[in-house]
Amino acid sequence: MNTTVARLTARGLFGRRRVLILLAVPVLLLGIALFARGSDLDRLDLAHSVLGTLALGTLVPITGLVVGTGVIATEIEDGSIVYLLAKPLPRWQIVTTKLAVAIGSTWLLSAVPIYAAGLILYGAGDDVALGYTVGALAAGAAYSALFLLLGVVTRHAVIAGLAYALIWESLIGNYVEGARTLSVQQWGLSVAEAVAADGAVLAPVGLATALWLLVIVAVGATAYASVKLAGITLGGEE
Amino acid sequence: MAVITIDKVSRWFGNVVAVNDVTMSIGPGITGLLGPNGAGKSTLIHMMSGFLAPSSGTVALDGTRIWRNQEVYRQIGLVPEKESMYDYLTGWEFVLANAELHGLADPGAAAERAIALVEMEYAQDRHTGTYSKGMKQRVKMASALVHDPAVLLLDEPFNGMDPRQRLHLMELLRRFGADGRTVLFSSHILEEVEQLARHIEVVVAGRHAASGDFREIRRLMTDRPHRYLVRSNDDRRLAAALIADGSTSGIEFDAAAESIGGSAAGALRIQAIDFQGFTTLLPRVARAAGIRLYTVSPADESLESVFSYLVSS
Repeated sequence: MNTTVARLTARGLFGRRRVLILLAVPVLLLGIALFARGSDLDRLDLAHSVLGTLALGTLVPITGLVVGTGVIATEIEDGSIVYLLAKPLPRWQIVTTKLAVAIGSTWLLSAVPIYAAGLILYGAGDDVALGYTVGALAAGAAYSALFLLLGVVTRHAVIAGLAYALIWESLIGNYVEGARTLSVQQWGLSVAEAVAADGAVLAPVGLATALWLLVIVAVGATAYASVKLAGITLGGEE
Repeated sequence: MAVITIDKVSRWFGNVVAVNDVTMSIGPGITGLLGPNGAGKSTLIHMMSGFLAPSSGTVALDGTRIWRNQEVYRQIGLVPEKESMYDYLTGWEFVLANAELHGLADPGAAAERAIALVEMEYAQDRHTGTYSKGMKQRVKMASALVHDPAVLLLDEPFNGMDPRQRLHLMELLRRFGADGRTVLFSSHILEEVEQLARHIEVVVAGRHAASGDFREIRRLMTDRPHRYLVRSNDDRRLAAALIADGSTSGIEFDAAAESIGGSAAGALRIQAIDFQGFTTLLPRVARAAGIRLYTVSPADESLESVFSYLVSS
């Protein structure tokens, strides 16, 4: 961790207009939870729809995408990263510091509101709220690492990230069972299943597989991002 | 003593060769990297600052390879051409952050010293996003100087500066050069380079076209054949008088050239060998012969033609 890099990153992330999009996510989630509480649908079904499909399935990846790319892709895009890179700092240190900021922000903006929304919708019973929250923590960390890597390797990180989250995870993952094994969202759901009471949350991917894949993706993406950042080419084409 | 050596370096982007087999060495003092836009100056500076790998050859600082070696930044200060620089920070915060990132023992004192050096104290509490181009350039300088580097690399530092800011920056760079630091800056303006650098490296179309003392290069540039378009009230008589002198190597009477002002149709296209000699000869000859000159215009004074002459010579 480098405190200066962390400070610059956090200010860059929250100091711009992007923060409004980021804050809209928890506000939307809490608003829906409050609204849905008044309906007479089955509470557990509601919790699955709101916390599972909407929050874990859509809001966590979107927050992870905006934050994960926001901590590094913006600086690479406008060239200001040169001030971080023209320093005798190990590249892995820059990457892990930015990742820590990204994970912290994703947790704050998605996992915390998920817990609150879960309490509003279902209360603390069966550890459903807690389960989805821990699932969101795990998925949020993996998304942050993955999208940070995208920010380093491609200038089209947001498009690539959206394509992964929406097309692969949501669309293909819905119809093709095998695709679910390679889906951060499903791994988060497996964690949620393990934390919640027996049978309260159901996940298609086994817990051991999910945990291994989460760790491999997070660590692998971070390591690869460090290597790519060390050999990054700035400008050049005249 | 810090020396950057560029050894048989080429860099291509796909099919485009940006830098073609360049070998040069840049030592203490001020060196100007001169060349027209798109000649490969930025590509060279990017390679010297470790943000671009050479396709072949090596770029080294005191024998240590620069690419993928972040330790070189203890010795290198870099002033990039791009303007973006965390515009949500104030000038002070920006320079201080740079000092901290270098891991300096007393970043506050280093930032203060660097800001004083570029005389930006008066605006240090304003956000850099509100700065003018010249102010940004100075704060970028401060950030590059904060760790007291032995090498300073500047990519087109005078772009967009007003004359006063330009003079100030030149003064600053002169001081660094005099301190024995290695200062390299790029520019496409000959006069700029000439005012500042004793030593000049010229690149044209990716090739190393000339290297050496600025007087030498200036002479090469002014001694090349110059072409002029001249109109007078009696072109043929003027041509006859001029051809007798050794400073012209060819005169062509172009009867088809359109007339301008009071001159008859037609014009002379003159090739002069000796630039200085011809510019004093022409008015003298015209006056002695009682010929009135209407137009004297250099036909190929563009920087590109000057550079391409250098390459072919």
